[in-house]
Amino acid sequence: MPWLSYQKALNRALGDEMARDPAVFVLGEDVRVAVSNVTAGLLKRFGPDRVLDTPLSEQAFTGFATGAALLGRRPVIEFQIPALLYLAFEQIVNQAHKFSLMTGGQARVPVTYLVPGSGSKTGWAGQHSDHPYALFAHAGVKTVVPATPEDAYGLLVTAIRDDDPVVVFAPAAALGVRVDVDFDALAPVPLGVGRVHRHGEDVTVVAVGHLVHDALAVAEELAGEVSVEVFDPRTAYPFDWDGLAASVARTGRLVVVDDSNRMCGLAAEVLATAAERFDLLAPPVRVTRPDGAVVPFALALDHAVQPDRMQLTAAIQKVLKH
Amino acid sequence: MAGLTAVRPAPDTDIGLYRTVRLIRRFEERAVELVRSGDIVGGIHPYTGQEAVAAGVCAALRGDDMITSTHRGHGHVLAKGADPARVLAELTGRATGLNRGRGGSMHAADFGLGILGANAIVGANGAITAGAAWAAMQEGRDQVAVSFFGDGAVNQGVLLEAMNLAALWRLPVLFVCENNGYATTLTVADAVAGTITGRGAAFGMPSVAVDGMDPRTVLGVAREAVDRARAGGGPSLVECLTYRFDAHHTWEHKARVRYRDDEEVHSGRQRDPVVIQGARLTAAERELVDAEVESTVDAAVAFALESPHPDPVGALDHLYATGMRARPGGGG
Repeated sequence: MPWLSYQKALNRALGDEMARDPAVFVLGEDVRVAVSNVTAGLLKRFGPDRVLDTPLSEQAFTGFATGAALLGRRPVIEFQIPALLYLAFEQIVNQAHKFSLMTGGQARVPVTYLVPGSGSKTGWAGQHSDHPYALFAHAGVKTVVPATPEDAYGLLVTAIRDDDPVVVFAPAAALGVRVDVDFDALAPVPLGVGRVHRHGEDVTVVAVGHLVHDALAVAEELAGEVSVEVFDPRTAYPFDWDGLAASVARTGRLVVVDDSNRMCGLAAEVLATAAERFDLLAPPVRVTRPDGAVVPFALALDHAVQPDRMQLTAAIQKVLKH
Repeated sequence: MAGLTAVRPAPDTDIGLYRTVRLIRRFEERAVELVRSGDIVGGIHPYTGQEAVAAGVCAALRGDDMITSTHRGHGHVLAKGADPARVLAELTGRATGLNRGRGGSMHAADFGLGILGANAIVGANGAITAGAAWAAMQEGRDQVAVSFFGDGAVNQGVLLEAMNLAALWRLPVLFVCENNGYATTLTVADAVAGTITGRGAAFGMPSVAVDGMDPRTVLGVAREAVDRARAGGGPSLVECLTYRFDAHHTWEHKARVRYRDDEEVHSGRQRDPVVIQGARLTAAERELVDAEVESTVDAAVAFALESPHPDPVGALDHLYATGMRARPGGGG
């Protein structure tokens, strides 16, 4: 079977959806030459009317996509840098997301906001290294953080077909992940349905995006002493609470590893819901970025604020002491 | 009187323009009464004084053309043909409102009439308008999209970005600035460096300032810009010089914020679009229109106040177009 990289999976999903549905188009900065590679080949296949290079006007082109979506188009906006979402936050959270309710159900805004390279890219410093999925989950915008190439394909396809705005965060640290897959088996993945990547009996580790791979590596390292289940909700919002409940019912212990800031991050929500709903054998533990982290430039400092495998290992060992 | 509504004058005739400005005026006056009586919560941003802009611009549009509006949007929505009864039902938060009571005064929308929503963030609608215009153009339709905004919006980056996109891609957009002299309480002199038409000219689009108190003048300029846009000539900016007769928002009626002296308000009200346009009709024509408008607004008030309130069980209905339900917030 052929190899498929995460990055190529995003590219393939875009191409397949643009071929399937003429309403789908891509816009963003440098998308025609495909600086991020995610839009490679699309200009040649679909022409300039469906691959729009925009001026550096994030607010305007995000609002523009809302207007096009109101008339039935399905825009996919590529944001070259995750922090550009802050510039467009009003247009996504306060406009696109609110149109359906505020118009009493008259409006649909099927826009996909794609961030190919979210989180630390190691060495890109404070304004290029955030991974702000928790912000959008908090606001109620559908938020996807795929971990694997096949999920990246399937979730991006679903995001494009969804009638609501969806933000798709492709973590920089996952873009190079490759799998050996049957291309014909690639399929849409529903939002809000998690995936157990590894079954285990002693502890459930929740992770999204690139951290799924760290969790799997730690699970393998610890295989002799502890049986770790790795649960990937795949979408931060809507979250697969039933899937997590089923996993925790088997293991009784919970660790969350989350590349968000600690305060009001995804892990905070998982722990809060666990405290309300689940019977745990031990207090749950989370591994996150520090409160209010600004990613510093120097590599050792950058790494120092990312959740890492040593912290995750320690967290797993901690919940097992009970 | 019922028979009068059967023969509605064309909106771009003198009698039609008069009917629109008169309807908006009486609608707004009654809405202010409903704010005072507590039937409209949250207050409104009255459009009184600015009626000529909505009436003139919308009279230049086709039924399938599109508009986006502002926090002071009742006039635009009515001029584009929304049912006054359903607009008032929306303002009073009723299930029969345009937005099923989910939007209120600042978000009135009727997609079937090309009203893509009033918007409560100053300047945000320009980019949405540009996107809608682009999508229509891509589909080979010759619709025009109008973005209404006030003088306060001309210092919002997103609006200037949207003007750039519209001009760059020659989109069929009409940017209509209603310069009523104040962004809430801040004067144009204290807020705008350069000129408003200079903003449009900077992007290479035809930009003119017109008397925004005369519906016929506004119609003439808007028609030229709309025809140009429809023919592929790209966007234009029209600055309509107007005056807001009432408060920025009805909270001012109680708060007594002082930023315009009585003399200025008195003098600003001297040029009244309803009077200016009314002078072009015979007394008999005016009486006929006034009576029809009065009966329309009476019926709208009755419809709104008799309409059911929405069921709180469905407070978050339509949160997601897909019907996805949010987790409830209660602690049970």
